[in-house]
Amino acid sequence: MDMPAPSIDVLNRKSRIVERLKNALSAEHVKSDPVETRAYECDALTAYACQPLCVVLPGSTGEVAEALRICSEERVPVVPRGSGTSLAGGALPTSDCVVLGVSRMSRILEVDYASRCIRVEAGRTNLSVTGAVQEDGFFYAPDPSSQLACAIAGNIAMNAGGAHCLKYGVTTNNLLGLTMVTMDGSVVEIGGAHMDASGYDWLGLVCGSEGQLGVVTEATLRILPRPEGARPMLIGFASPEVAGACVSDIIRAGVLPVAIEYMDRKVIEVVESFSQAGYPDCEALLIVEVEGSPAEIDDQLGVIGNIARRHDPIELREARDADEAARIWLGRKSAFGAMGKLNDYICLDGTIPVSELPGVLKRIGALSRQYGLDVGNVFHAGDGNMHPLILFNANSSGELETCEALGAEILKLCVEAGGCLTGEHGVGIEKRDLMHVQFDPVDLEAQMNVKDVLDPAWLLNPAKVFPLSETASRRAAA
Amino acid sequence: MLSPSDERELAEAVSGATGPLAVRGGGTRRVGHPVDGDDLTVAGLSGVTFYEPGALTLVARAGTPLAQVETMLAAEGQMLAFEPMDHRKLLGTSGEPTIGGTVAANASGPRRVRAGACRDFLLGVRFVDGRGRVIKNGGRVMKNVTGYDLVRLMAGSRGTLGVLSEVCLKVLPRPESTAVLLLAGLDVEVAVRAMSASLNSPYEVSGAAHVPVGLDGDPVTMIRLEGFEASVAYRVERLRDRLAEFGPAGIERRTEGPESATAGWAWIRDVEAHGGTGEDVWRFSIPPRDAPALVESLGDARVVLDWGGGLVWAAVEQGRDARRSLSCGHATIIRADDETRNRLGVFQPEAEPLASFAEGLRRKFDPEGILNPGLMG
Repeated sequence: MDMPAPSIDVLNRKSRIVERLKNALSAEHVKSDPVETRAYECDALTAYACQPLCVVLPGSTGEVAEALRICSEERVPVVPRGSGTSLAGGALPTSDCVVLGVSRMSRILEVDYASRCIRVEAGRTNLSVTGAVQEDGFFYAPDPSSQLACAIAGNIAMNAGGAHCLKYGVTTNNLLGLTMVTMDGSVVEIGGAHMDASGYDWLGLVCGSEGQLGVVTEATLRILPRPEGARPMLIGFASPEVAGACVSDIIRAGVLPVAIEYMDRKVIEVVESFSQAGYPDCEALLIVEVEGSPAEIDDQLGVIGNIARRHDPIELREARDADEAARIWLGRKSAFGAMGKLNDYICLDGTIPVSELPGVLKRIGALSRQYGLDVGNVFHAGDGNMHPLILFNANSSGELETCEALGAEILKLCVEAGGCLTGEHGVGIEKRDLMHVQFDPVDLEAQMNVKDVLDPAWLLNPAKVFPLSETASRRAAA
Repeated sequence: MLSPSDERELAEAVSGATGPLAVRGGGTRRVGHPVDGDDLTVAGLSGVTFYEPGALTLVARAGTPLAQVETMLAAEGQMLAFEPMDHRKLLGTSGEPTIGGTVAANASGPRRVRAGACRDFLLGVRFVDGRGRVIKNGGRVMKNVTGYDLVRLMAGSRGTLGVLSEVCLKVLPRPESTAVLLLAGLDVEVAVRAMSASLNSPYEVSGAAHVPVGLDGDPVTMIRLEGFEASVAYRVERLRDRLAEFGPAGIERRTEGPESATAGWAWIRDVEAHGGTGEDVWRFSIPPRDAPALVESLGDARVVLDWGGGLVWAAVEQGRDARRSLSCGHATIIRADDETRNRLGVFQPEAEPLASFAEGLRRKFDPEGILNPGLMG
């Protein structure tokens, strides 16, 4: 993975830049000692790491503005960081950059049940947003797997999703307002507790822009009343294709489950030995969760069970109580950790139309055999958001490269099937050089035009999202 | 009038334009400042090019009549969940609303409060920008964070950044059953509290509207529940119990066919109460908690509240600056004469630096200023 060569000029000015930042923020929140900055050298895409020039941890929107103004004047690239859980390298530093972390900004600013929203500082973790309102019967819907650790700032940057967005939508559908600081230090207020925009949809544009348009410091989020109850059903199938067909039939039937999760044999076996969830011995399984009152849940699971029976399930298990529900979810929730015990892996995020699931799963199997690397599939089937896990041994020379090549082939397959490179993780550095597979040059140019307007010097997270060859002239102009 | 019949002709029409273009779909939603230019209609780009009920996705050329899309979906038991408003009765326009115009206006109805707005269901777009570039963004999958989200940028941009040629939308199952709880005689403050109590319940309310002067002259508050028959029957009873403090609630039911339970929502959605009158019509998008204060500040204006109070349609005397009553959110003039619109501005003035960013985007996507110039102010 190439990253741009650092600016020697910036590296030479390190002490001056650090000094200016220390003068503006309190010195303890500007870290330039390599021992202290090591924690910021990578995010959850751990295959790549680089020590930044320094790290700043502002405590307010004003301090973010001050830090960005200085970086702008000094022409230093800035890499914004939430909690550093990006799987795409969205927070990967370059050696000539300032990492700007918002983790100290985590307060609840306002809870407004009458307008069903909450305003938080953007460093607050996803799960603790729900934590602030759950006693009153509310929750914040987007639930990425990393929700215990990931920050709202990063959720907005990547337009994060989760298992339950089949029903509730992703971050952009649950974001009502934000405060953002652009690279020149301007503070921008967008939206609020009202439900739509007057002019252009700035919220939509900023959400998912991977920290390239501004640093989000506060957010107004939609909160929802918690349903009366929820219960999952587990269905085992004789083949991945049949499981895929069942997903499509469930969607078609007019039931709207809150989640439909998929796991294949590889993953089932690994999580079974890891967590003893009691999963059946089968080629593929689905976990389908529905919500409502006990009677409503029975009705919906009845409909889903009837659909599943037409696909000759090996096993069909309805959770009868909370304990059984927890055990059904246990394996799914521990899947990524369990796979990590087995081997190194990279987690892809390609998304395809639900109807293409059977064919694409088959072709992923063929590619896996061709490249000689195991692929486990565990993903959000209801919205076609696949997460193939390619297993490899990082200590074995060349395997990372083989793994990345296989990953690229799988993502191309997703695009060919009418899908996209990434459904919820973002492009970052990981899929940057595959953007040509999905977009024509004119499409990329149009997107880069937006950054030209909000960050004309191309200093914010500049080496991400777009192929480096496409952005070279813009970055050089900076 | 320019009326291209496909995307290539559309790109040629824009590239070849020698002056401003007044871009439109069916021309039924004439909101914004008047545009002085050659008419360019996308009505010729018509037809649903892809519809897969099992994947809940539909792709249509921008000029496809909205009615055609809705009929096609209904045949498969599906719908556009954002319940797009029909502006014709309110604005006194004629013609055929198009799917492109719906998206360009981000037109969303009562179900927005639960299911989301038009922009939330928009999965992909193709458009021609002012430089004649044919640009695509998004796609036809439910989750997509590949690159910047120009899909949402295009929704509501009213043809000022590009002319939509094709849109892909997520669709949803049409509910099997609908029930409406009707509360009578509430004043606005109490009505907003009742709507809030409904929306804050776990019963998945899909519409919450209030009209101080209903068809029979008295205040009526409407709370809608949708879904499978047994589920709706259960939830409507539970919700009625929960709303007991607001007085006895009537229940209207619909299982099949467009009867009163749905007709009432079309009346709210299309703001028929303000149709055919001589007053100016303003649209306020506000935090629902602010609705009572706004309505009080508007004085004798006739109002319709939707989205649990988050959307207020006010009919006010001609020429009056109703925006003064706003404390948070935004106010848009939907219907007024040219003089009023020019004097007060149709859209909420945007603060800096957003106003400069908006101008910057227009310069990138429409450097010659030919796409609906001035329409958004």
